[in-house]
Formats: sequence, C-alpha cells, structure tokens
Amino acid sequence: MTDFTPTEMMTIAAARALSNDDVCFVGIGAPSAACNVARLTHAPDITLIYESGTVGTKPDVLPLSIGDGELCDTALFTVSVPEMFRYWLQGGRITTGFLGGAQIDRFANLNTTVVGPYDHPKVRLPGGGGAPEIASNCGRIFITMALTKRGFVERLPFVTSMGHGEGGNHRERLGLTTSGPTRVITDLCILEPDPETKELTVVSMHPGVARDQIAGNCGWPIKFAETVIETPAPTETELVVLRDINARTKKAHKAAGKEAA
Amino acid sequence: MARIMSLAEAVEENVRDGDTVAMEGFTHLIPYAAGHEVIRQGRKDLFLVRMTPDILYDQLIGVGAARGMKFSWGGNPGVGSLHRFRDAVENQWPRPLEIEEHSHAAMANAYEAGAANLPFAAFRGYIGADLPKVNVNIRSVTCPFTGEVLAAVPAIRPDVTIIHAQRADRNGNVLIEGIVGVQKEAVLAARRSIVTVEEIVDELSPPSPNSVVLPGWAVTAVAHVPGGAFPSYAHGYYPRSNAFYIRWDEIARDRETFTAWIRENVLAAKPEDFARHAAKTAAKVA
Repeated sequence: MTDFTPTEMMTIAAARALSNDDVCFVGIGAPSAACNVARLTHAPDITLIYESGTVGTKPDVLPLSIGDGELCDTALFTVSVPEMFRYWLQGGRITTGFLGGAQIDRFANLNTTVVGPYDHPKVRLPGGGGAPEIASNCGRIFITMALTKRGFVERLPFVTSMGHGEGGNHRERLGLTTSGPTRVITDLCILEPDPETKELTVVSMHPGVARDQIAGNCGWPIKFAETVIETPAPTETELVVLRDINARTKKAHKAAGKEAA
Repeated sequence: MARIMSLAEAVEENVRDGDTVAMEGFTHLIPYAAGHEVIRQGRKDLFLVRMTPDILYDQLIGVGAARGMKFSWGGNPGVGSLHRFRDAVENQWPRPLEIEEHSHAAMANAYEAGAANLPFAAFRGYIGADLPKVNVNIRSVTCPFTGEVLAAVPAIRPDVTIIHAQRADRNGNVLIEGIVGVQKEAVLAARRSIVTVEEIVDELSPPSPNSVVLPGWAVTAVAHVPGGAFPSYAHGYYPRSNAFYIRWDEIARDRETFTAWIRENVLAAKPEDFARHAAKTAAKVA
C-alpha cells in the first residue's frame, strides 16, 4: 500500500462522499480540494458552485480565495452574488453544501464567528459568510475538518450555522425540510448523525487509526456506531490526482506570487 | 450623468466625514486605489459596509477612519485573519469599532432591497443561527399569504458606493466583466457613486457573457485609475497578487509595521502608483 498522510486520507474520503449527479456549493480550503478531486476521479460531471457566482466551474488549480479568476474562466456561467444566493441557493437548486469550520459540536452545529463572548471575544473569527443559509438551504451538508480537541468542542460559544441544533427533530421543529449535515469527514474517521438522536457517531475509521486516538482528540465523549468499518485506503489513482492538483496549485500560486512581488 | 474626473476630485466631492460607505468587490475588482485616496484625504467616522471586508477595510480600520462596519465575512481570503480588524474588535485599537454582522445572503438581499428602493429585504435565512441574538437589525416578518416566518433585514442605502471596473466610455457608461459580485446593486442602492476604471475608451467593446453595464446616468463619478484594483485583480487585465495577500498577514500583525506600511504606501503615494500593476501580464481570459 502506498503511504499517505491523514490529510490526504481526509480529502479523499471527503471526495468519495460526492457523486456525479451532485450540484455542490463548495467552501474554500479542504472542501474545495475534495470537490475537485471528486470531479477529477469518479464524478466528472459534478456541478461545482462557488458563492462568488461561478456555476459549473472546473478549475485546473485550486483557488486561494473564493473569487479567483480561474473559477470564472472555467465556469459554465457566472452570476451576480445576489442571484447566487436568491435563485440558486434559496431556490433549492443545490443538492449538497460542503462546509468547514473553526469549531463543531456533537450535533454538527458550526462556529466561525467568535471564541468567547460575542461583545468581548477572545478570538474574533471571520464570520459566517454564506454558511448560515448554505446549512439550511442545501439538500444536505457534508463537513470536513481535522479532528482536534480545539475544533470538536463540548459546547460552541456561538452557533454560526445550524446543524442538528439540540438534536432529535430540532430541524423539523424549526420548519427545515432539508437534511442538514449527513456526514463529517475528519483526518481520523468519518462520523454520521445517529438516526434518532442526531448525535455524531463514528461509522468508519481510517486505516491505522485506533479508537482511543479518536476519543482523545474529541472534546466530548465520542460515540462509536455498533458496526464501525475501516475506511478503504486511498487508491493509487486518487492519490495521484490529489497530489497533482496540489502540485499544480502550489506552482501556479508561486508563479503568480513572483510576478506580483 | 457621470462626470469623468480625477480620483482626488471624485473623493473630495463625494465622500464626507461620517458617511456610510460601501467599497464592494467580491475578491475581484476591489477598489484599493480609491480606498487609499479616502485614507489620504483623512476622512473620519465612516461607517463601512461590505460583504467581504478584506485587506482594504483592514487598512481603513487600522488608520482609525471607521466608526463601524456592517459585514458578513471579515478575513484575508485564503490566508487567515484580518489583524487590524481583530485588534479593533478585541482591543479597541486604534478606536472601538461598532459592528453589525450578517450573513452573505442577508447582505446580498439588503443591497438588492436598497437598489429596488424597498425599506427591507425578506429571505429564508438565519434559521437556528445565533446572529439574530446579537444583531437587533435581524428581525422577522410573516408572509401574508402563507404564514411563513422569514428573516428581515434593513435595506442597505450607502451615502456613497465606490467600485472598480474594467472600462468606461467617454459618457461614463461602465462595463464590469468576470465575477461581478454585488457591485451593480451597491451602486444602485447608493445616493452617490464613484467608479474607478482600468481604461476609458471611445466605445465599450461588445459585452462578454458575464458583463454588467452601469449606464452613465446612474453613476456620479468615473476616474481613470489603471491598476486601481491591485492587489486584487481586474479580469482580462492583471491577476490577483496572492503573494501580497499572504504578505499582508505579516504587515498587519504588528501595529508598527502596519503604520509604517501605510505611511510609505498610502500617505506618501498617489493613484498613479497603481499603474505599474496594470502593466503586468494580463490574466488568462477565456
């Protein structure tokens, strides 16, 4: 078996969650890498949408920011930001939202706003951006972030975007008809909400990862499903595609950097 | 009808102390040169509005030009935090900053409401989120037809909106191409507007599939400032300087390096200094 890093495993496991028929609202960073690996491997016809307005984009290199020119150059079409949020997202045209976050809780609520009290924050984070409505208006949500104690917390200081709220049927009680987070992909394991309680539960562990490693990196007593499978290791093809796009991205951003220096 | 004038005149005439100012650009076409002119002219007590305040608003906040900011995502895109923004919020330096925080959907809808001369925007948003608990300008309305409760936010009506665009003709008609963001709505929502452009041409070339045209009669002032969006980019003219965005993290982290940078690159500089960026290899155009 080829060697791979936990981050590579995370990105590839996240890519596998997507299918060819998905119309996917892509967040920058890890979600963007996963979505493009999916497009370049098993889901060539996936529709990728970035909130800057690009629809059906096929970037050759990963964007550093949500509005890089590469996204517009390779898009089927580009719309204004109000149109993006009104017609395409709120209009219910997007099957899957792919989000990351600074912090997550056991019900897959996300925080990207503040750590500490809102009025006197210890750390002021960038804020929600598109996330509050992506979380409620996409058919379902995938989340990808590394499993750490700082990120996976018992209690969020601020709910930027709702996952399953307080668990159970909380989404339905608020009138939401979309599924919310259905999968959280980390560098150590994959979690899915329990069908009843909606608490995130480990359903798959990446190769070579032990249960206490997962438990030790989570800020709450993490639950494991009755049957936990092992995540299939990355294939040669998946690794080559991921490493190629990362290398192209690094080179392109470096070249752009030199030119501008 | 838009008047074509120098950037200094345009800012002098249209941006006043205490104004609510929107400088829009969704990663693309950010009006850096115009923002620097606002700093040079020493405008004070501005209430800044922008969906994605990035380095330019970090600069305006860091020099103390802003009393407040309405925004939905405040960061250095692809890099990390805005350190001057954080210093203002976390430590009140150089002055306290009143913040009014929304989501992108709310801001986009609020600009549209402003452009449409409506008092507020209604949309399906903020469900289960905490922002309505800390922002009194996020309320709700009940649909008179279905009974559905929707989020409501006040329309954005800036005193002045400032944007950058690719081209204008001699009548002040303005063409924007590529990622068009929320600029059209922001201009139409505002009482006054300034557009800086890469080129002034006799005829606007045939618009591309994603272009937006703002007619000269809907714009207050147009100023020719080649390179005026650097370090962001002008599609078809020059690429984004990812290197500068990365470098800004170091410059802005420390109050003294920030202040020195502003002194050298803003206070002692002029709009013409942006022109050298426009001469760079044009970005790949589809």
